[in-house]
Amino acid sequence: MNRILSGDGPKSWILAVVLLIILISLAFAPFLFPGSRSLETAARICVFIVLVASYDLLLGYGGIVSFAHTMFFGMGAYGVAIAMDRMGTSYSALALGILAGAVAAGLLALLTALLSLRVRAIFFAMITLAVASAFAVLVSQLSGFTGGEDGMNIRIPRELTPAFRPLDERVLGQRISGKLINYYVVFFGCLILFLLMLRIVNSPFGRVLLAIRENAFRAEAIGYRVVYYRAMATCLSAVIAALAGSIFAIWLRYVGPSTTLGMEIMLDILLIVVIGGMGTMYGAVVGTAIFVLAQNYLKSLMGGMSEATSALPLVPDLLSPDRWLLWLGVLFILSVYFFPTGIVGRLRGTR
Amino acid sequence: MSPAPQQAPQNAPQHAPTITHLPLSERLKPWLPVLLVPVLIVAGYFAIPQTSSWLTLTVSGLAMGMMIFVIASGMTLVFGLMDVINFGHGAFISFGAFVGTTVLLMLSSMTGAPSLFLNLLAISAAVLAAMVVTGAIGWGFERAIVRPVYGSHLKQILVTMGGLIVAEQMIYVLWGGQEIVILRPETLKGAITFAGATLEKYRLLAVAVGLVLFLAMRAVLRRTKLGLIVRAGVDNPEMVQALGYNITRVFVGVFIAGSALAGLGGVMWALYQEVITAHMGNEIMILVFVVVIIGGLGSVEGCFIGALTVGLMQNYIAFLEPKLALVSNIALMVAILMWRPMGMVPVVKAKG
Repeated sequence: MNRILSGDGPKSWILAVVLLIILISLAFAPFLFPGSRSLETAARICVFIVLVASYDLLLGYGGIVSFAHTMFFGMGAYGVAIAMDRMGTSYSALALGILAGAVAAGLLALLTALLSLRVRAIFFAMITLAVASAFAVLVSQLSGFTGGEDGMNIRIPRELTPAFRPLDERVLGQRISGKLINYYVVFFGCLILFLLMLRIVNSPFGRVLLAIRENAFRAEAIGYRVVYYRAMATCLSAVIAALAGSIFAIWLRYVGPSTTLGMEIMLDILLIVVIGGMGTMYGAVVGTAIFVLAQNYLKSLMGGMSEATSALPLVPDLLSPDRWLLWLGVLFILSVYFFPTGIVGRLRGTR
Repeated sequence: MSPAPQQAPQNAPQHAPTITHLPLSERLKPWLPVLLVPVLIVAGYFAIPQTSSWLTLTVSGLAMGMMIFVIASGMTLVFGLMDVINFGHGAFISFGAFVGTTVLLMLSSMTGAPSLFLNLLAISAAVLAAMVVTGAIGWGFERAIVRPVYGSHLKQILVTMGGLIVAEQMIYVLWGGQEIVILRPETLKGAITFAGATLEKYRLLAVAVGLVLFLAMRAVLRRTKLGLIVRAGVDNPEMVQALGYNITRVFVGVFIAGSALAGLGGVMWALYQEVITAHMGNEIMILVFVVVIIGGLGSVEGCFIGALTVGLMQNYIAFLEPKLALVSNIALMVAILMWRPMGMVPVVKAKG
């Protein structure tokens, strides 16, 4: 067990219980929570855990703020979509699409990193913001290639679609379909990627990243090439984000600017990382689970509160479900001030 | 101290200003960025087939550049002074646009009248209201959001981004979600024809306002004592502090002024586009970041040159190859960063 977690356990029994509950719920989601809506939510949580964790690799461990993470996510998703569109539905096209997306994301990340990190780490945030928005505009304009604003539907291999029925009888009251197989592809794909990241951050490479985050000057003086390590962290995080994007595209069987490239998703990632706990990896798991559930339930709660206060001026507007980003923003600022280590840091009792 | 010797020792080296030995190309080097704007205009002249459309595009490019400069100048000074990077700057643009538009809609009798004086009066009122509101918000923003995170870029980026989200959502709460259409005042509608080119009146006004503002800002920074303190603060804040000036107060002043300028830019942009949305500030910020980076963080002159370059580039490319407009600005940024990694007019910090 220790080996699987790369020697970086939860270090807090509450956290361990929470993580175990999340793991079990996700692993048996199709049987515990029947219904296609809850399966969608479970798959979304899986993908976002990996996406957020890969962002944490950059933000929490590397100390670099990037606003282009959704761009890399989108590159993975579009890689699969375009490969399937051009080459027809086959596993080789799928593999090629995943590979192409990951390589493209890695290369673009390397270029951006070398351009900006060479000068000043702070440029990175601004340059990634500019590059990501240019990419989003490009994707919506090159509609012949990417489907534009409408996005593209992906015809994935039949074994992964609901139409595929390998067994006639039910297992644990559930009909075994391609959808279920697809879910487990998502689940295990994400689990492997997450464990891989846990391995990376606990390797000597990860330790150097932490050293650079704490004191870049000193790390450079000890003899580590700061730019090299930061650029590598950027590339790794971009490649993993692209892989998560590919998985998401396979699951949704659709890719479009709003599901992969939107600024809202970028803000969601940022909020989850900070609220969950920067530089912990497990923060991504806890944060995503809470965030996605909150997204589903908090909105209805806010709707109820808005109706209850409808007699007052301005208050119902503040509480309207459309304004939940407002409260998340407030929560975000407060957590940066008062809980910089997030939920996981709190549970582990570090400051 | 002993008095200076009457005669220099025999073996003293000959001192002559090294500048006289420099070849012309070396002496021109610091001025190269300034030449970028005329070079771009000339390049545009040859790239665009009709002279009349080139003239129209140049004016609208300059107008856009001036507006971006108005917005970006405050941000670049704030960074230069206190090393604070404000990602929430876009919120001031949106707030300025919404406040200004509200005032203009209230004064619709004045904007609708065919009198230039009344129109300009209405615009001035809108601009004043917008600048007061955004200045006040900037003051609060600095107090509540920026001050606790001095010195940590990572936290600054995160917290100001959070501030941006909250501010944007507040616009939705206060003004509702739909975009608002605002028409230009009566006498600023339409265009004048010059040498076969149609030049929109409003764009000419925007160019004039931007130019006046740049010259005024330059005069304040170069000629007044306050400007001296601000410039010295950009170079070396600790030293200015040690000489007895309250650099924090100067900084807060610059922050408020920068926010107010962003509000002014917001009103100008609103009348330029004639439609406003809550996330308009965020969209403009992309260009502002490009401008601030290529100009050199902390440099007002660099910011001005960068803004004009980006504005012209955006308009020329949008005419020649519409799909590449935003990408061309990224390419411009990459090219300039390869040429001058610290921006066109680098700010040399005295501290490490």
